[in-house]
Amino acid sequence: MDIADFFDTFFEEAEELLSDMEQHLLELDIDDPDSEQLNAIFRAAHSIKGGAGTFGFTVLQKTTHILENLLDYARKGELTLRADLVDTFLEAKDIMHEQLDAYRSEEEPNQEAFERICQTLQQIALDEIGQQLDGPATPASEPKASSASSENGAEGKSSEEKAANGHLLVALLNVEDKDRILLVEELEQLGEVQSQSGDAKRYEVILKSSDSADDIEAVMCFIIEPDQIEITAVEGVAAEPSPPEEESPAPAAPAPQAPAENTASKASPAKATAKEKPKKAAAESSIRVSVDKVDQIINLVGELIITQSMLDQTVSDLEEDQSVGNASLQNGMSLLQRNARDLQEAVMSIRMIPMEFVFSRFPRVVRDTAGKLGKEIELITEGKSTELDKSLVERITDPLTHLVRNSLDHGVEMPDVREAIGKPRIGKLTLSARHQGGNILIEVRDDGAGMDRDRLLAKARENGLNVSDTMPDEEVFQLIFAPGFSTAKEVTDVSGRGVGMDVVKRNIQSMGGRVEIQSKLGEGTNTRIVLPLTLAILDGMSIKVGGETFILPLSTVLESLQPSKDDMYAMAGDDVVIKVRDEYLPVIAIHEVLNVENAITDPTKSIAVIVQGEGRRYAMLVDELIGQQQVVVKNLEDNYRKVPGISAATILGDGSVALILDITGLHRLSRYKKEAGKKVVNNQNLSSFKEAEPS
Amino acid sequence: MSQANSGAVLAAEAENREFLVFSLGDEEYAIDILKVQEIRGYENVTRIANAPDFIKGVTNLRGVIVPIVDLRIKFHFETVEYGGQTVVIVVNVADRVVGIVVDGVSDVMTLTPDQIKPAPEFGVTLSSDFLSGLGSLDDRMLVLVDIDKLLTSDEMALVESTSSQ
Repeated sequence: MDIADFFDTFFEEAEELLSDMEQHLLELDIDDPDSEQLNAIFRAAHSIKGGAGTFGFTVLQKTTHILENLLDYARKGELTLRADLVDTFLEAKDIMHEQLDAYRSEEEPNQEAFERICQTLQQIALDEIGQQLDGPATPASEPKASSASSENGAEGKSSEEKAANGHLLVALLNVEDKDRILLVEELEQLGEVQSQSGDAKRYEVILKSSDSADDIEAVMCFIIEPDQIEITAVEGVAAEPSPPEEESPAPAAPAPQAPAENTASKASPAKATAKEKPKKAAAESSIRVSVDKVDQIINLVGELIITQSMLDQTVSDLEEDQSVGNASLQNGMSLLQRNARDLQEAVMSIRMIPMEFVFSRFPRVVRDTAGKLGKEIELITEGKSTELDKSLVERITDPLTHLVRNSLDHGVEMPDVREAIGKPRIGKLTLSARHQGGNILIEVRDDGAGMDRDRLLAKARENGLNVSDTMPDEEVFQLIFAPGFSTAKEVTDVSGRGVGMDVVKRNIQSMGGRVEIQSKLGEGTNTRIVLPLTLAILDGMSIKVGGETFILPLSTVLESLQPSKDDMYAMAGDDVVIKVRDEYLPVIAIHEVLNVENAITDPTKSIAVIVQGEGRRYAMLVDELIGQQQVVVKNLEDNYRKVPGISAATILGDGSVALILDITGLHRLSRYKKEAGKKVVNNQNLSSFKEAEPS
Repeated sequence: MSQANSGAVLAAEAENREFLVFSLGDEEYAIDILKVQEIRGYENVTRIANAPDFIKGVTNLRGVIVPIVDLRIKFHFETVEYGGQTVVIVVNVADRVVGIVVDGVSDVMTLTPDQIKPAPEFGVTLSSDFLSGLGSLDDRMLVLVDIDKLLTSDEMALVESTSSQ
């Protein structure tokens, strides 16, 4: 194994730890922090520090070290958590993430950010605990720590051996009253204080604790100097029958191994080992697989399917020739068919990852956005375990973030406004994901102000869009996806510039999905994203034009009909529209747009397929409908280039290539061709056409 | 043969290059054999609408969609026929797989550096930019095509031109 592999492993792990840390920080109840959670945050910081130290990422190590120390105070209850402290911790986490990224791309991390965050954290330590954090684990601090432990080395050892017995005499020498109170409180955290007496010069505490003398001393050393403490083991104090009771010997065990290490880290292994075990077992039993490998398997399976359909063809041909002796062949075929399908499903599922990967970033987004806007929001996520193709998961995050921000900014009202109209002060934002048919349905729901139909229409008119008062709600709400459309009364730095929503819609459409909006004025808005489960396989409708076969994505097909002459109307120039149930749809003759020879040119003899793309409907004229089938989507751009009007290719049962049509692309192409007149359109001037299109 | 001698031969061989020779009409062309992935027949090509005429379309090469270019059309040959001899040379250029249609493949030739002459300035059909030279072999002349440059050039329209990216 190469050292670079170790680096990669560290980066991956650190990334996970950081997101763990963020998640816990966000879930933390500030008023009553869960000690388990504080421990988890601390452990994450500690593990990152250790790894960073091993690989020589000093800046990251130092940042983590300071954060770790503060977290240590927090988990011991010495540092009272406040929202702004959590904010700072989150900021520190972000900076650590940046540092991690910098190391990953083999750059030096931003020194300025590093110094700033260190200072901020130090300041917190100073303000909140009145304690200067010892510097990062530089050599300078080490002698101090090691001398501390060596000083009472022999004593410490002997007391450790008796630690299981549990009674320690802790003597504090020359300690001021206020510090003493703190120290005793601290000792109470570590164990049970049996008795205490003495004065400022020598104050003795009998402590029943499972922690070793070293550990106790190390904790105390945050407040006083090591030579101010004496710890000795005492036996049989208070005549209590102290059997080898509930405190197992395990916690004491790790202590002697790391005498020179910093206190904070010293206390942790004992607790960490004990608590991490059940967590490990519960952790997802998953493996990391490179996407390339999975893609390769998917390709192979795709081919298997193709082979199978070729065989299928052969078998059915055979059937016509001779009916005897092919029963077993058919049996084998059906078996192969089933196996192939199962294998395909199994392999596809490798690519599937739960929506949790997307949703887990939203608590932070909501917190930050709500904070910026001064709103109070409760985020609810549903269906985190719903699985989606990895490539889609990566691409859905940005549009979803935009929709969430939009909902928070324009949807949910200010707390005071909400109270005034009788809504709960805290706004509710729900993110949900679930399967529906062959699709995944992702919803962003808020209980905010909802959309104002009249205002949208007024704004649309102002922008020169063609709208009418009788438009269905669904279409009115779709207006917000028009480029440059914003009804926000004022532009905030969260949203409102009118850029973005059109990008959201385009992104989702490029994934083969669509966005729907349901909204009720005063009650809230529900934005639904419908996505296919995967991009690798498509439900298609195969059609024939001339001698050529094309595939239409089934999701775009609404219906098909035989056009009659009475329903077709010519418009200025070459344009033709068809009337379908009181609606006039533009007609696209595929043979014209794609220059297919020997196709049926008389529209009344061809079939009109009504398709929907980007919210608009078109009628496509084709010669023949062949049928529905699942096709494996193959990229054309791998070896060739983007072709206008074509989204991808697939391989048919006979091994030949069929092109998958892109509805809106075809429409644009047909318009472009008409504008260009009868001029022969070739690829050269098509490139100018493409550049004009937003990609 | 002495060792020094065999060493010299090896060094000379290292500079020799192997070419796959193919014919377009009566002319003989050659491309670097290391670019060639395989040779197969011409069949089952799906036309791509609105593409230049020399792009015949795409075909399925064991699950990979491969564009097919007819060099005879590109180089303005008068007779372009598809028959039993018509073959597709599948080449690997710039991380892409492309098939080129030719009239036939004859053999693989080894050319020594002194057999490769610089290409003269050519006409408009085949710019000398796309040639790595002319190979002279007894009384035969091979046009050595720089298949990399040719297939990635803007005029082949096979790759997205850099200006539009």
